[in-house]
Amino acid sequence: MEKTKINITDEVVIHISDMNKWFGNFHVLRDINLEVRKGERIVVCGPSGSGKSTLIRCINRLEEHQKGSIIVDGTELTTDLKNIDKIRSEVGMVFQHFNLFPHLTTLENCTLAPMWVRETPEKEATEVAMEMLEKVKIPEQAHKYPGQLSGGQQQRVAIARSLCMKPRIMLFDEVTSALDPEMIKEVLDTMIQLAEEGMTMICVTHEMGFARQVADRVIFMDDGQIVEQNEPEAFFKNPQSDRTKLFLSQILGH
Amino acid sequence: MTKIAFVRKHAIPPAAPPITEVGAVGWLKQNLFSSWLNSILTILSLYFIVIMLWDFIPWAYGGHWNTKSLRECLDLDPDVACFSVLAARWKQLLFGLYPAEEYWRPTLTFIFLLLAIVPILFPKFFKFFWFSVIYPGLAIWLLWGGSFWSVSIVYIGLALGTLLFLVLIRSYIHNYVIAALLSFGFTALFFFIASDPIVKTLDTILPFSLPFVESLKMGGFTLSLIVGITGIVASFPIGILLALGRQSNLPVIKMICVGFIEFIRGVPLITLLFVASVLLNYFLPPGTNFDIVLRVVIMVTLFSAAYMAEVIRGGLAGLPLGQHEASASLGLTYWQSQRLIIMPQALKISIPGIVNTFIGLFKDTTLVSIISLRDPIGLASTIRADQKWNGIYWELYVAIGLMFFIFCYGMSQYSQYLERKLKTDK
Repeated sequence: MEKTKINITDEVVIHISDMNKWFGNFHVLRDINLEVRKGERIVVCGPSGSGKSTLIRCINRLEEHQKGSIIVDGTELTTDLKNIDKIRSEVGMVFQHFNLFPHLTTLENCTLAPMWVRETPEKEATEVAMEMLEKVKIPEQAHKYPGQLSGGQQQRVAIARSLCMKPRIMLFDEVTSALDPEMIKEVLDTMIQLAEEGMTMICVTHEMGFARQVADRVIFMDDGQIVEQNEPEAFFKNPQSDRTKLFLSQILGH
Repeated sequence: MTKIAFVRKHAIPPAAPPITEVGAVGWLKQNLFSSWLNSILTILSLYFIVIMLWDFIPWAYGGHWNTKSLRECLDLDPDVACFSVLAARWKQLLFGLYPAEEYWRPTLTFIFLLLAIVPILFPKFFKFFWFSVIYPGLAIWLLWGGSFWSVSIVYIGLALGTLLFLVLIRSYIHNYVIAALLSFGFTALFFFIASDPIVKTLDTILPFSLPFVESLKMGGFTLSLIVGITGIVASFPIGILLALGRQSNLPVIKMICVGFIEFIRGVPLITLLFVASVLLNYFLPPGTNFDIVLRVVIMVTLFSAAYMAEVIRGGLAGLPLGQHEASASLGLTYWQSQRLIIMPQALKISIPGIVNTFIGLFKDTTLVSIISLRDPIGLASTIRADQKWNGIYWELYVAIGLMFFIFCYGMSQYSQYLERKLKTDK
């Protein structure tokens, strides 16, 4: 399948330079340098504990970095709470365990943030939410509670919930890892659709098929460092570092 | 050797269960007579229930209602109840020493109470919430009396303060803390300087007041309800704030909350009540007349707020971290996420514990009899001190117990209704 590259612009939306993070004494991210341009689709992979989730959680400050700088959409992440809330409303995130709000219906999950953060009127927020639920192909579940949906449906609602904020960037943190094999495809299809529409995406995932199909760039991390990054074609055919070769042989070997 | 290949050609249709497993027979078999041991226990329990009721029913049903004293009862029939004490003293049990010609005031307050809690308990009636807001002032005015304006001025002051806060936020200052401090200062100034002259003027122009009734006259169930309901209403928000404070990242706030909770929980309520009734006067400037009922209400509130905080903390701990992360990642602020995401779920988990604390608090109001306030238990001793009723125990305590049971059972039933209503996982 031919990938649509026309969307990528020169505008840099995420600029990470010399970023370091520690958990206590444990040096979890080391000298991370990364530039993401608008419309770019990036897949981050690597063995568990390599810091890939921590990296994308730093981008919306769910984790705090201790050294270096992260600039998202022209705003630097500092301890200023106003900046953090502003960036978070521009950056959508989807989690491994969905994290839907169980006391609200699917529709309320989707309208809550637009109504409270963006102060969108309820009617308009509902229209946008229904549009997004149609995009992820579950408008008929709008009035059910998350507990009544399957894992795949919940994850699609979680994607719709993020999209309702009309984010400029989407972060996906191992969104298919907690799903039954039959449900992985419906979530990946949603993500592929989103990628084709030109959304800027950073996906932490082990789905190499997805990486091949949609990514503009694949980043391999190990021990808190970016070890290798390349276009998917070259990355899979011709990995340079020994760590990457070993990882790929383990993950693609069977 | 058997073949292992198998293909089902016809699906088995669903069939009805055997007759012995459903309906009344099935229920009896499953629950009361499932085994020899269970059958013996069932029969034994039935036997004990019967022998208890065998004595209690004739005692209660044949009770006297119209005698003048306990002696008269015993002369008529010593084996049945002497409810005449209730007939003679029921007004006192309900209203304490409240002046008889003013009984309509606590009665009206109670009726208004029922109306005021409806909008809080049932969201369908939330449009009448304004009544729940004015109720506290109304109740204070009805019960204690005095000038109508001296209660209204509190509402006027608070309303002006809130209005100022909203205006400041909307147009001039966008910092919540500064706006809150300014409007708080304004409200305080209003109460110190302006409120007295305004009340005096209104009193002369439009006198509107009820005869004053002092706190020591409050008693009976009126007192239990005053202390219990105020304690419940006030301890709930304080408990929420303490629970949040205990989880705070700010060390000073956390320390204050932990210290408060641990101190209050570590001290018996009776000690706190003694402090309220006796010791507090030593610390206050001489001549200060700090109302005894108010002092007791404050102590009971603080006491149950500490328990409430721990119950709610349990609910907070039961929430997955992902809920905090999801609401943060959508750009909700701390308070928005607490109000819309965290608290609704944490409180739902804690409903049984919260109601447990409420019921405990309501029954603990009887401890005020120890500092010689006349709640129903205190009144029971007063009534026995009367020569006519000296020696009567059962009838009084059964009646008092029944009254408390009605309120507590009501709370328990409401909590179960709420749990069913908020169930969203099935």
